[in-house]
Amino acid sequence: MESVLGRYRNLIILVGVLFLQVLGLAVQVKRSADAENTRLIRIWAVDLVTPFERGLVWAQNGSSDLWHNYFFLRGVRAENRQLKKQIEEMRLQEVRMSEDAAQAQRLQSLLAFREQFIVKPLPAQVIGSSGSDLSRSIYIDKGSNDGVAQDMAVITSGGIVGKVLRVYPSTSLVLMINDQSSGVGAMLEKSRLQGVARGTPNGELILERVMSDEQVAAGETVLSSGGDQIFPKGLPVGVVSKVSPGKEMFLSIKVKPAADLSRLEEVLVVTEKQERQPVAENGDRVRAADILAQRLPSVPEKPAAVAGAAPAGTAASGAAAQNSGGKPQPNVAAKPLTGTGTGTANATGTTVDVLKKVVHKPAAGDGTNAGPGSGGGSGAALSPVSAGSDATPNSAPGSVAKSAPKSANPAAKSATAPPKPSSPQPTPQPPATEDNPH
Amino acid sequence: MPITYTSGEQIEVYRFNIPVTVGVPLLALFLQAFLPRRLPFFSVFDLPLLVTIFFAMARRNPISGLLTGAAIGLVQDMLGPYPIGIYGIAKTVVGYLASSLGVKLDVENAGSRFLVVLFFYVVHEIVYFTVARGLVGLTLQWSWPRELGSALANALLAVALFALLDRFKQRT
Repeated sequence: MESVLGRYRNLIILVGVLFLQVLGLAVQVKRSADAENTRLIRIWAVDLVTPFERGLVWAQNGSSDLWHNYFFLRGVRAENRQLKKQIEEMRLQEVRMSEDAAQAQRLQSLLAFREQFIVKPLPAQVIGSSGSDLSRSIYIDKGSNDGVAQDMAVITSGGIVGKVLRVYPSTSLVLMINDQSSGVGAMLEKSRLQGVARGTPNGELILERVMSDEQVAAGETVLSSGGDQIFPKGLPVGVVSKVSPGKEMFLSIKVKPAADLSRLEEVLVVTEKQERQPVAENGDRVRAADILAQRLPSVPEKPAAVAGAAPAGTAASGAAAQNSGGKPQPNVAAKPLTGTGTGTANATGTTVDVLKKVVHKPAAGDGTNAGPGSGGGSGAALSPVSAGSDATPNSAPGSVAKSAPKSANPAAKSATAPPKPSSPQPTPQPPATEDNPH
Repeated sequence: MPITYTSGEQIEVYRFNIPVTVGVPLLALFLQAFLPRRLPFFSVFDLPLLVTIFFAMARRNPISGLLTGAAIGLVQDMLGPYPIGIYGIAKTVVGYLASSLGVKLDVENAGSRFLVVLFFYVVHEIVYFTVARGLVGLTLQWSWPRELGSALANALLAVALFALLDRFKQRT
């Protein structure tokens, strides 16, 4: 017996070690079906490796910052100029988009939609990975001490990255969306088709559960649907890169992740999100016309006769332009005005009217319905996309009016407001007395 | 003449001092976790596997080889998102086989090392896939081009790495 044991000693030990590991695996697989806590042994392993990773990242960032902030400043001036220009353009864009967003929020609040908002993002630095080609996960330098918890969403400015899988005192393991074991509730931006974004063994991202009879085009944006209760709705997941017939009755949709998952350095952990009804913004919004007016040299005031020489058909809108100081007005009438308006403005006061008219918006460029003089003043006032340039034929100067946002509408202004001389200078707008009907 | 059959008496058995025994595997694990974030192509390499093969072949002791493989594999599992033991089992098998092979074959030159690592990388992946799919239920997809490409890359790296690690060998 002893000779047999001695002869097969190596093999017996091998089988024993393998058996123990298989047993351990079986226990873990069984337990993972239940809520799994982070095991102490993992904490030890992570604590063994991450301090070095932190140190290296710190040293790397320090040297990089020193070089880029103090020595390598070539081209910074030109870049600064370009960025300033870009900021100007983005400010204009932001104003246009904020109008749309405000409108959407108003509608949502009217319909009592509930939305998840990111209340508290926590910046974190990527310090390492799982070190395997077969799993896609990263380590970040924030853990339970910083308020990170399991299943929190991790995002970047580009899009979603993944979710927190395990939390350690000072680090966390993040499972990325392109890992084969991850899944994200997703939807296509245009068609609003919902599916599940999953990782593949090759580290690619695919959108599953979209029926093969649906039309999906390459280039379409994929957003988080919020259905997984981890990622807030509307965050960019990626862009459709390839669509092909898949198994059974579903399409095979490849998605290019919005965030560059292979080169992550900093991420945001959504440590707190809130589900509430969106609140429509009150007045005090900056308008595109204001920004443009600030950038333009001031124009001398025109004589009243010039301002009054508007075509008859647009007299009302001309008056409105005068009222607003020559600037097109934003979509203030989507917020029904009371007290300062005429009868037509007051006629829009009901919720149903507001909804109907905002949803059934008239075609852009329809300047004839602008202003109370057209008999449909309230309707025009509710038009969120009336082209400012068309709707303000008398707005002076023309460059200001032409660059105005789509939502600008001269008829939005109360017809009873005292006339003011036409000027490109920004004029403080009286705040709406009832921004949100609710 | 990359691989030659050698009798037990002719084979040199090496040992390593404790700092090298502990430090090299830890460094390999650390680099494997750290470098792929900075150099994405580095994820095709499996430094812990190469270190396992090197120690197993140098010591030529199956028990020592399988225990080294098990320890390195388990720590690698602890750093990853999946259950602990998948890499552990794969590297245990590779450590055992590499040390058993080291007893019978001379694997001191670059050619034999290249072929041995090429072979053991594929063995490692087969065991890993089998365990991951069969025991854990992961939906891994086997791709021969990818596995052979990775095996080739690892074999090339092993030739250089083993030459470097040879400096730490001590004759028994």
